[in-house]
Amino acid sequence: MGLSKETRIPNGLDIDSITVELGDKKVVNSVSIRVEDGEWLSIIGPNGSGKSSFLRAIAGLVESQGSMRFQGEELKSLTPRMRAQIISIVPQIPIIPPRVRVLDYVLLGRTPYLGRGYQPTKDDVNLATSVISDLALGTVANRFVTEMSGGERQRVIIARALVQQPKLLLLDEPTTALDLGHQQEVLELVDLQRKNLGLTVLSAFHDLTLASQYGTSMALFVNGDIAHSGNPTEIITEESLKEIYGANVLIHKEGAAINVLPKRQ
Amino acid sequence: MTKDNQLLGFEPAKLTKRLVAGASCILLLSILASLMLGPVSIRPDRILFEILDRIPGISIDSGLSQVEAAIIWDVRLPRIVLGLIVGGLLAIAGASYQGVFRNPLADPYLLGVAAGAGLGATVAIVSGATNGEGMFDTLPIAAFLGSAVAVGITLAVGGAVARSTSTASLLLAGVAVASLFTAIQTYIQQRESTTLRQVYSWILGRLSTSGWDEVIMILPYAAVSVLVMIAMRGTLDVLAVGEEEALSLGIRPERVRWLVIGAASLAAASAVAVSGLIAFVGIIVPHAVRLVVGASNRIVVPLSLIIGASFLVLTDLLARTLQSPAELPIGVVTAFFGAPFFLFVLRRSDGII
Repeated sequence: MGLSKETRIPNGLDIDSITVELGDKKVVNSVSIRVEDGEWLSIIGPNGSGKSSFLRAIAGLVESQGSMRFQGEELKSLTPRMRAQIISIVPQIPIIPPRVRVLDYVLLGRTPYLGRGYQPTKDDVNLATSVISDLALGTVANRFVTEMSGGERQRVIIARALVQQPKLLLLDEPTTALDLGHQQEVLELVDLQRKNLGLTVLSAFHDLTLASQYGTSMALFVNGDIAHSGNPTEIITEESLKEIYGANVLIHKEGAAINVLPKRQ
Repeated sequence: MTKDNQLLGFEPAKLTKRLVAGASCILLLSILASLMLGPVSIRPDRILFEILDRIPGISIDSGLSQVEAAIIWDVRLPRIVLGLIVGGLLAIAGASYQGVFRNPLADPYLLGVAAGAGLGATVAIVSGATNGEGMFDTLPIAAFLGSAVAVGITLAVGGAVARSTSTASLLLAGVAVASLFTAIQTYIQQRESTTLRQVYSWILGRLSTSGWDEVIMILPYAAVSVLVMIAMRGTLDVLAVGEEEALSLGIRPERVRWLVIGAASLAAASAVAVSGLIAFVGIIVPHAVRLVVGASNRIVVPLSLIIGASFLVLTDLLARTLQSPAELPIGVVTAFFGAPFFLFVLRRSDGII
């Protein structure tokens, strides 16, 4: 019985030498990183540095080499349905089908749990309605998703991802299309769910300030590889942004988070 | 039904018993009207008694003469059943194509079914192989083979390109294959101008039958393709968010795509083989259904089957009664009445398809 003391339940996400090739270009080149359960990893990097491809590889949406284990289980050995029960991804530009109402759209998140006819059960509907009210969408639940404002629409999409009951939530620049107030609202919402449900969150970010404020750790992608990972204050410096983004900025530190202020020369 | 749902005020999209019952009523009324009307009108109560009389163990005198009974059983009913099958197949194939291609303009003839069948039929007519005699007539077989070859080429070429996630190359391949087959068909048709009238009458579509042969011929294909499309209707709702997001929701989009396209093409080819090219049913019926019950394929696909069947039986009734004893080509009637009706519904719907 001494054995059981040493074998503990494996946790966290272990990415080991993941490579993604599009055409003959390696857009993700042998990336390895570990993310603990319940952490929020902010992924930053210039356009085309491989952030999206990295997230899509974890979700199984693009072919990749290497291994990725989540809580000890190799994700690549799972069927799409099993994988969808663990991981949900909010794409950068989701496709919103016409004439679909909020409840029906959110219920799509139950797909990996449904039986043959793909008809949601009463329990599925109850779960969806409770997530919809949690996200303050109850009053608009009968509207077509295509007719909603950007902020509402983003909440609807996150509702779909949460109804999927993932353990791992992948966000691909989830707030790029939103104004500042709605950006904060959506990110607070995700953070609340992370804390309440113990979700592990991986999120690509365009906005470095938001990335540092919400991430518990950070990875900086450059040319398909992680150039730096760890604490935001170590990764985001005036020098590194000059070098990697070609940007002139002032950095204002505020505890563990930082504010990045663009500066005109 | 639950308290929570009532608080929210509405239910998710679902094919309810009420919807099925409503559509079935339309279907039954269409069948009854079509049995009643024609050069010889027959009272509905007598038709009901006549049908009940045929059920084993029931004996009712319908009061119909032998000729009237023969008109119902040997003339009108086979034609109605064929109309039900063809209309249902075209409409459910259209709904499925629109779902899988996420394109409201997709119709059952999209991938070369019509052009292939046209070529097959033209070859059969021109070569004199067809004698117009039911099951042993080569025309439907030639038309079916023509569609199968055309769709086969489209899928092989377009599918090889579209291995990733795009259906666009499939559509383009369909356009190219259709043009090629139409060109060959037109060439043959122009060279053999004596058969021009016959070819045109086939192209305009017709439901005239010689007994039950056509029905028996396409029934197995109809059954298989309809079962597949009905079974896949829920996954089409997931596919509406695109193939990549569908995959992230646990669906295998490629499998869905091939199954649905295969089944819908089989359905369209079977329908075309026995009825020629009947226009508009595959587009108008699914859209009309959608405008009434919403966009969910879980509802639209099965209801299109029922409403498509009713629609074609009613248009066939018009085709054979409007200029009686002459018959209008049913393809002309579907378009003539279908298009304005569709424009009317479209206008009322604020244009949201």
